[in-house]
Amino acid sequence: MYKTGLTAPQGVWWKPVHKSEKIWFTISFVWCLILFAMMPLWHLRGGQNPTGIRARVEPSAYLARVTQFIGDYGTGEFESGIPVVAPPPGAEVYLLASQYQWMPVLKLQQGAEYTLHLSSLDVNHGFNLYPFNVNFQVVPGYDYGLRVTPTEAGDYRIVCNEFCGVGHHLMVGKVLVEPAGAASTDTSSESAPGGDR
Amino acid sequence: MSAPTSASAALAGLFRTCPTTGLKVHKDADALIKANAVAATVALLIGGIAAILVLLTRWQTVHLLSDEQFYRWLTIHGMNMLIFFIIFFEMAILYFASAVLLNCRVPAPKVGWVAFGLMVFGALMVEWTMFTGRADVLFTSYVPLRAHPLFYLGVILFAVGAILVTVIFFATLVVAKREETYTGSVPLVTFGGITAAIIAAITLGHGAAIYIPTFFWSMGMMNVDPQVYRLVWWGLGHSSQQINVAAMVAIWYLLGALTVGAVVVNEKISRTAFVLYITFISMASAHHLLVDPGFGPSWKIVNTSYFMYMAVLASMLHGFTVPAGVEMGMRLRGHTSGLFGWLRRAPWNDPGFSSLVLSVVVFGFVGGITGVTFGTEQINMVAHNTLRIPGHFHATVVSGTAMAFMGVTYYVIPLIFRKKVAFYSLARIQPYIFAGGMLIFSLSMTFAGTFGVPRRHYDITFAGAPFSLEYSPAVNLMMAITALGGLIAAAGGGIYILVTVWSVFFGKPLGDDHSEAALAGHVPPGLYKKPFLELPTEETELEEHGVLGMMPGTMILVMIFMVAFVVYYFANWKLLSAMWQIG
Repeated sequence: MYKTGLTAPQGVWWKPVHKSEKIWFTISFVWCLILFAMMPLWHLRGGQNPTGIRARVEPSAYLARVTQFIGDYGTGEFESGIPVVAPPPGAEVYLLASQYQWMPVLKLQQGAEYTLHLSSLDVNHGFNLYPFNVNFQVVPGYDYGLRVTPTEAGDYRIVCNEFCGVGHHLMVGKVLVEPAGAASTDTSSESAPGGDR
Repeated sequence: MSAPTSASAALAGLFRTCPTTGLKVHKDADALIKANAVAATVALLIGGIAAILVLLTRWQTVHLLSDEQFYRWLTIHGMNMLIFFIIFFEMAILYFASAVLLNCRVPAPKVGWVAFGLMVFGALMVEWTMFTGRADVLFTSYVPLRAHPLFYLGVILFAVGAILVTVIFFATLVVAKREETYTGSVPLVTFGGITAAIIAAITLGHGAAIYIPTFFWSMGMMNVDPQVYRLVWWGLGHSSQQINVAAMVAIWYLLGALTVGAVVVNEKISRTAFVLYITFISMASAHHLLVDPGFGPSWKIVNTSYFMYMAVLASMLHGFTVPAGVEMGMRLRGHTSGLFGWLRRAPWNDPGFSSLVLSVVVFGFVGGITGVTFGTEQINMVAHNTLRIPGHFHATVVSGTAMAFMGVTYYVIPLIFRKKVAFYSLARIQPYIFAGGMLIFSLSMTFAGTFGVPRRHYDITFAGAPFSLEYSPAVNLMMAITALGGLIAAAGGGIYILVTVWSVFFGKPLGDDHSEAALAGHVPPGLYKKPFLELPTEETELEEHGVLGMMPGTMILVMIFMVAFVVYYFANWKLLSAMWQIG
């Protein structure tokens, strides 16, 4: 007997499934397996994965690393009062998020790989790279070290996209990527092949 | 052998013997459903006003509020919509799916009132902290952003009240079984309610596990790790939206039955799909943690995929069986012409039916497809915290869940409140206005998000920021369209509130004459045509209808869905592959 979802089924309702439902079930199931397989597959073959190096770090210890990083590779220039740092290819790059600033300004080279560390001094922040739309969560107490290779030169912005307080919308940082092969800046990048990754 | 079984008899009986129907609907269930529904509507009104203010601020041309006010109203919007409106309404659904559908009394009604009192008291506490600027932490209140301790305590009290209601729900099931108020197995709609209640128990447990430590943290008595907070909080934040999914699907079956007498094509498939929700859907909390530093790729992949997308499978099954049930119900009544004759002949002017269709279509095509795509570990890198995320979840929670809740309200008003639906002609067009507006809103917001436009952001012109940034002109256009769509939807929401409040408090009683002549134009047609009682009793052999059974139209529709899904999913991988190399 036909019944609606309001009616209590009597007796055994574990009955054979009609062909049409079997067809849809099979299609759905196979699709779910494809959805699932795509993620490990991209880890093997794809160029964009949010894996990174992940570790706990005290905010004060992270601040010390950022200070060290600015001391090591700082260009001596400032933009909007924020120091500009030009790390050599392969360097560990430390970016600090705090209410309401990204520190420092980064100068990177196209095609070179860096390990970009993200952490926060105070609350959660969000790393969003403009105009490329790439996003990471920046959590205080955690160091997220992502191996990044800027594949295109340009003048990028870092927008905070996790609410971090009333000045959240003022939190914009900057990354400059200089074209491969262009006269590199004055930093000591003698050991940098970089361009052919 | 075809005597209507207890549940439908109860429903019909309730309707026929109104208004003195103490026998059929326990008066406590009646009163508790009313109280929770009214509280839900109040929360919807507050959240809706907040929505308009937020909307008019993000529309840069208007930019209504100050920065501080913007974040405050955004907090108010999130809490009222995603917690208070939704959960109060779900409490009403739990009483309905247990006591009413099983024709049973509510055990311990006083506990029900204590629970309601706790929830109202907790909600008022939270409202006070938000409105007085003591909790400008947004809906997620990520530690170490700090709110007033009463903000956290209010949420805890609210959650305790909600847990009590789920306990009463399970107790009602036991009592109904013991007192034999129904025979056989519980109806499918109740089964969906059980699913929602179990997920609610899991969810509210997470809520307690995170808000209690955070409450003590806010008073300086202990530490809460920000990453652990995000992990456990999303066990509440995301899972609470999965209560919605289960409740919404239960309502899909309910509305299908009430409006066109939709049949359950196969109990086994539908119930198995609900069980898949229980076992796997809560894992989706990982969707929010895919670009977090605290978790490795294996954890992310297993969890974000609900263990191989088993909960997605469940939704795809419901997405087939609900329209298939409608199609079969229509065909059994003789609407057999062509592939889509059943759709042409469907009661499109029944707000219950139009809500059902709009809820299924927008939830599936927009909310579902974007949700699975953005919840992919790597693709999340081009979606996380951009406007693509609110674009997605407004299509699920608002166009899906809220739309279904609104649709069922047009039946609850006469069935439970025993009133005619006020301004019925407005009610008839309300689903189209609301869903249409939300569709424009969700699509344009999602599109703006592909440019990287952040969510929860006061000023995307970045005036006063140390570095200038100007989004493509397309973004400004999209934000204006988002505002337009949002305002249309808000008008639809306003009509809903007007109709329900007016019906409940000033509406005309239903009266004793339940004939079509007396009721047409005052209540949805499903109530006087009673398609849920007029099912063919003769089993026609499904196999006679070939491979596609009695649902060839539905097969075509789900195939269109499948193509849209595949195209959108792989287009996003393509988008991702153009990015910097990251690993």
